[in-house]
Amino acid sequence: MVKKPRYIIEDICTGCNTCVRYCPIQVPDPYNQDLSNNKAIHIYFEQAVPLVTYVDPDACIYLTEEKCLICQSVCENKAIDFSQTPEKVEVNVGAVVLASGFEPFDPSLSRDYGYGVYENVVTSLDFERLTCSTGPYRGEVLRPSDQKHPKKVAWIQCVGSRKVQEGSNTYCSTVCCTYAQKQATLMKVHDEEAECTIFHNDVRSYGKDFERYYQRTADLPGVRFIRSYVSVGGEDPETKNVTVRYATPDEGVKEEEFDLVVLSVGLDPPKRADALAEKFGIELNEHGFCKTNPALPIETTRPGIFVSGAFQGPIDIPESVFSASGASSLTGELLEKRRSKLTVEKVYPVERDVAEEEPRIGVFVCHCGANIGSVVDVPSVVEYSRTLPNVVFSMEQLFSCATNAAQEITDTIKEKNLNRVVIAACSPLTLEPLFRDTVREAGLNQYFLEMANIREHNSWVHSKEKEEATEKAKDIIRMSVARATHLEPLQEIELPVNKNALVVGGGVAGMSCALSIANQGHDVYLVEKESELGGMARKLYRTLEGMDVQTYLGDLARKVYSHPLIHVMTGSAITEVRGYIGNFVTTVDTGGWTREIEHGATVIAIGADEYTPSEYLYGENDKVLTYLEMEEKIAKGDEAVMNAENVVMIQCVGCRNEERNYCSRVCCSHAVKNALNLKRANPQADIYILFRDMRTYGFKEDYYREASENDIKFIRYEPEKAPIVQPVEEGGRKVLRVGVYDPILGKDIAIDADILGLAAAVVPSPESQKIANLFKVPLGPDGFFKEAHVKLRPVDFATDGVFLCGIAHYPKHIEESINQAYGAAGRVLTLLSHDIVTVSGAVCTVDEKRCMGCGACAEACTYGAIRLEEKRKREKAVVNPVLCKGCGLCNAVCPTAAISLKHYNNEEVISEIDAAVSKIL
Amino acid sequence: MCGGRVDLSFVFRAFEKGADGVLICCCWPGECHYVPEGNYNAASMASLAKRLLEYAGINPDRLKLQWVTASEGIRFADTVTSFTKTVRDLGPLGSSEDLSENDLEARIQGVIKNIPYIKIAKRDKLLKHLENTDEYAALYTREEVEKLFTEKPSYYIDPEKCQGCGTCRRNCPVDAIDGDKKVIHIIDQEKCIRCGTCLEVCPPRFSAVTKLEGGVPVPPPVPDDQRAVAKKES
Repeated sequence: MVKKPRYIIEDICTGCNTCVRYCPIQVPDPYNQDLSNNKAIHIYFEQAVPLVTYVDPDACIYLTEEKCLICQSVCENKAIDFSQTPEKVEVNVGAVVLASGFEPFDPSLSRDYGYGVYENVVTSLDFERLTCSTGPYRGEVLRPSDQKHPKKVAWIQCVGSRKVQEGSNTYCSTVCCTYAQKQATLMKVHDEEAECTIFHNDVRSYGKDFERYYQRTADLPGVRFIRSYVSVGGEDPETKNVTVRYATPDEGVKEEEFDLVVLSVGLDPPKRADALAEKFGIELNEHGFCKTNPALPIETTRPGIFVSGAFQGPIDIPESVFSASGASSLTGELLEKRRSKLTVEKVYPVERDVAEEEPRIGVFVCHCGANIGSVVDVPSVVEYSRTLPNVVFSMEQLFSCATNAAQEITDTIKEKNLNRVVIAACSPLTLEPLFRDTVREAGLNQYFLEMANIREHNSWVHSKEKEEATEKAKDIIRMSVARATHLEPLQEIELPVNKNALVVGGGVAGMSCALSIANQGHDVYLVEKESELGGMARKLYRTLEGMDVQTYLGDLARKVYSHPLIHVMTGSAITEVRGYIGNFVTTVDTGGWTREIEHGATVIAIGADEYTPSEYLYGENDKVLTYLEMEEKIAKGDEAVMNAENVVMIQCVGCRNEERNYCSRVCCSHAVKNALNLKRANPQADIYILFRDMRTYGFKEDYYREASENDIKFIRYEPEKAPIVQPVEEGGRKVLRVGVYDPILGKDIAIDADILGLAAAVVPSPESQKIANLFKVPLGPDGFFKEAHVKLRPVDFATDGVFLCGIAHYPKHIEESINQAYGAAGRVLTLLSHDIVTVSGAVCTVDEKRCMGCGACAEACTYGAIRLEEKRKREKAVVNPVLCKGCGLCNAVCPTAAISLKHYNNEEVISEIDAAVSKIL
Repeated sequence: MCGGRVDLSFVFRAFEKGADGVLICCCWPGECHYVPEGNYNAASMASLAKRLLEYAGINPDRLKLQWVTASEGIRFADTVTSFTKTVRDLGPLGSSEDLSENDLEARIQGVIKNIPYIKIAKRDKLLKHLENTDEYAALYTREEVEKLFTEKPSYYIDPEKCQGCGTCRRNCPVDAIDGDKKVIHIIDQEKCIRCGTCLEVCPPRFSAVTKLEGGVPVPPPVPDDQRAVAKKES
């Protein structure tokens, strides 16, 4: 590998930004889509890792013309090093993960929308930056031509996708429908009066909670969704407003002017994907993304090389996250023997017992280069700190976080015998872990550290009010000192980790997950309620892409059964679960025989069911089939189905309605698959698919196009005008007459169907509630399991040690389930590969004498960390510190202050309040 | 700690110590970092606190709950600026409300003293999650909060029945009961938080504790020289 020079010594740079302030060279900032300028030396963006500067070699006038060097002279830490050269790095690795992402489609390639021609036509990424507080106008949405607030904004969907215009990709980019809705919602937050119009084709809200989000957006006042292809007509030379031409069924072709037009650009393969493919010896697919194993999209065509994220194809954030964690699991399977070989354990000195000591507080005030020091009068703040009660020492530091400064803090603690430390610097968000470590190094309990944020909360916002900022810094420090006086040493709990895993559910997701965990050396107990493994996949024959599901399933089950570390328990039910992360004890009942399993991690993969329709004569007429039934009949060559002359298929049966307000995600592709298979077998058949929005997202779009090119007819219906089905006899032939309004013909039509297929919804398993209660994990509003965070932690539960995968989480295609199963396995391994887990010391504790046993705390706590136990005939609250997350809601409802959140107890908080207002008196 | 950790007592402590306004900032509904969605708890607490301020004769606008996440620096700054203006316009606490210093203190103390009782009485509402957070404003009514004070219940130990067994004293979570073995027990009405533990634990064969509802006055305590338990335990 070649590591390009940053021209910064990363270990020394503290990210103070002083060099940036002095750098004379302004360059367009690619992070802000070139909408604003940055300096030739700057930090990539606010969340960059590492959070240090770099020098843009094309812009820096020292690197191009040997001028300037101002940055070097202002850097007080001597962190800038122009002698750096490209560095060749060689590493020996056992596996490679390609996570090169995607490239946004460049709309200037096609002239259709006037991007690059009309100033007020921007891409969705441009708009994203406009709405962002770190964006070009600090979060104000201003349009390019005149920096005014746009009042009328249009979004144009499918730019670069679904073969909408010359040069666009054939596939659907999957993310644009929902991100456009998000942007319209954000626009309304920025300006309540704004009018937002989204010009769309199908609205593809197929993701978890997306359907509700779509409705929420559509219900906002001033938001219009218009189903129409559009073109950009031109621009008003004076106002620079942009004209959009579109058509509606009622009003025909219309032109409308907008202040700003946002192009919802799609996802291209990453730049230079072909060069990457060549270097790593992998293949690309026909779209230029990574060619993946159809059953396991994390695998490339070459063993040992994995792919995660959008290089797999256009996918959303949760799918990216599970493919990332899944890639780590597959890597772990290869490198299990070498796990932890490169880690070094840190040893701290023995903690000093300070219980008998009076508080001796040391205050360290950081200049943060010029960040604090140029606004706050640091010496006077240090002086002031010395006058505060219990403060025995105070000093200033240039950068408290620099290695030498941290060492200085450690040394001073020892030398001055400090037992509490206040560091007045930046937000604890970034540096609290570092400073806790610093305090530990000096033999103090890490909870004796208190940070006073005089940067983000002070110098950065009051840079023009230096005197007031200095006073405010004193106020903040006074509060911190008051709180520090009351701080108590807390012990973090270390729990041993049982090395076994329990996987609940033996479908494709559960089996794949179990297999990956077992391949990394852990015993896995796989519990399945049916007598056979396989779950929902037993009813699937081929995927849309052509994978033979039954053969795959057979292979998978064989691998699972024959794996020495996987213990399969079919025909079994879970009756009791005790314990917590690293230490669960689960009772499993197999036909009356019960056994207790000890395990460190749990995966819930209980799958889901197919809805049994009450609509469209299902169950009354044998011509009406669900798609799963239809698929089986096609696979088995059932005559009635294969010889049907007219086949009608109705989408969205049992979902996208009031009762089940979600999209089942898989049915559109399922419909196209069944239709194509029928058409291939019987080209004479007339097949109609009655749909609301075709949601064949990603590469599946190609099959939708293939279907429509093969004369499969797609008719859109609105839920208010749902199809009507009646059994009739026509010329001696018994058929089902399907009546539907055809919006293209503009009239009601009737189709006599020999077979009626129904896209029956995917519904949560009836076992969900029981399993949720047993493992103390939540269900979402639709009855599917609710993950810890829909985007960022899609396979975790908020309950530690319990993970989730497969369609128990939300309906998804088989390869997506497998992706997620490996993702869950990766998360399980993160836990099981450790011998201990550490739990925070900032948890709740109960003073039994004060507890009146009212149970308000237990009711407030949804982590299940508090229960009432009888003690001397009275009920008392008992906290399980392992489950407590330290939110403190219980404290706020406890009448007697019997329950107390450590590190944020009443005394600590009230002392801070008192110190905050003390000056007023 | 979560915004839902903010205690009624924190809010009134700040006013007691002279703050002219209190601002509570929480994550947006649905975006709580904790599973219990503590911002709903905070909304209920803040709504109750406003009514209590009103009851104490203090302008409820001196307390504000605002949804603002850590990444919304500009919104936070705007919030602080506008709230500062609101508080400035309201003027200094007390004098702007036509309350003397002593009167103000007495009123705030009156609320603070009753916080444990208020938490017991309003427990269900404090834990209530209303999907539409605007509805919290109407969750507590002025009359309801007034009633809290005018119809505050009391617990009373009947000196005729008390056998001085000490069960209530030992179980009282706030040490509000005075007594000794074979000495008639007396509830310190100032300390009592109306939790009813004494009533629950008083042995049924004595049934010495009664709950007095609706502001019925508590009979005066037995003079100290008459507190020896006369009768033998039956």
